[in-house]
Amino acid sequence: MFLWFHKFGSPPHFYRIAGKWIPWLSGLFLVLVTAGLFGGLIAAPPDYQQGDSYRIMFVHVPSAWMSMLVYVAMAVCGIIIMVWRMKLAEIVLISSAPIGASFTFLALVTGSLWGKPMWGTYWVWDARLTSELILLFLYLGIIGLHNAIEDKRVAARAVAILAIVGAVNVPIIHFSVEWWNTLHQGPTVTKFDKPSIYWSMLLPLLLMALSFQVYYVLALFQQCRAELLRRERNSKWVEEL
Amino acid sequence: MIEFFNMGGYAMFVWPSYAISALVLWLNWYLPRNQHRKLLRQLQSRHGSQQQ
Amino acid sequence: MTPARKKRLALITLMLAGVTVGVGLALKSLDQNIMFFFTPSEVLSGKAPQDRLFRIGGMVVDGSVNRPGDGLTVKFDLTDNEQRVTVSFAGILPDLFREGQGIIANGKLGSNGEFVAEEVLAKHDENYMPQELADMGIGEEKY
Repeated sequence: MFLWFHKFGSPPHFYRIAGKWIPWLSGLFLVLVTAGLFGGLIAAPPDYQQGDSYRIMFVHVPSAWMSMLVYVAMAVCGIIIMVWRMKLAEIVLISSAPIGASFTFLALVTGSLWGKPMWGTYWVWDARLTSELILLFLYLGIIGLHNAIEDKRVAARAVAILAIVGAVNVPIIHFSVEWWNTLHQGPTVTKFDKPSIYWSMLLPLLLMALSFQVYYVLALFQQCRAELLRRERNSKWVEEL
Repeated sequence: MIEFFNMGGYAMFVWPSYAISALVLWLNWYLPRNQHRKLLRQLQSRHGSQQQ
Repeated sequence: MTPARKKRLALITLMLAGVTVGVGLALKSLDQNIMFFFTPSEVLSGKAPQDRLFRIGGMVVDGSVNRPGDGLTVKFDLTDNEQRVTVSFAGILPDLFREGQGIIANGKLGSNGEFVAEEVLAKHDENYMPQELADMGIGEEKY
């Protein structure tokens, strides 16, 4: 196990493996997203209250979930960087940042486009929306900090600390709708009793969520390969490519 | 068909949501890929000139 | 794990715990400011600010919506199942506005105890189902 971990963590090995996985991940993503879009846009019935506008959910909710999941992944990388000083974790952390920022941006924009017809406003400063906006700033802060420091090994440690500390925001986002009065409604799928969503609406939602997870790995691998090449341009294994 | 694109009157909210999602996800896929290719080409030409 | 790594892990745990406690305390002290709206009970017991805009949230009472006078102004009662407050509003209501719906109104308490809203927002619930099921009354008992 440890040996495998060690091998997977070596840059040339990871570079090769990631390259092999990319076409498969692309195919899987396309299948899942097609099924999810068909289910969400065509097969699922309109909602009893919100009509067809609720279909924004199928991109909004997976984006919002991913915005938090990617951040957790980055915080875990941060701990690995600080404790084990693993090079690959540095690359995964910084490569995740633009992808996570994109998901957060999408969650905010699609939420805003959903809020206008349903709530009557594009934006309010309630706890859920504000904490998600803070998440976007955390992502941008991580990207900015990494760019500002020349020495990438030092930059990785600074960014790791920011990622770990910022992780406090993730449970705040999730529980904001329960701890405080908000305009945003409570959770639908992750509450402890049965999810209160009809199965023909839930299924495409889960398909879209799964496809977004596959997409994250796909985009991450691509970003990591570019980052690896940039950093290790003078090393022997790159010369051999 | 028209009914589908009309989205029960919410077309101007639903379709932009999907459009911007597609655009952002595409960019996240395309930009690193493009960069990776550029880097490879750069490294190749550098490697080539060293050998001559 | 080597001792050096153990030490670094402990430091990180300590740091994270410290930040969590700090943020928790800060949020606790800001509690009232983070609350997006007041309930009718809170408003009537004087917890809401008197002299500035605040938000009130509750369900629109069935049969309470009426348009007195010119037809531009809408009046309705909001309830949290304990108290009710009458809200008057002149403007465009969101699509989801209906009796029994959760609503948040931004405005001021008038001298007659009526809440004069400048903006009305709809708060929808977390249940999603097709119309036929809702008609069968399944929405009532959560499934």
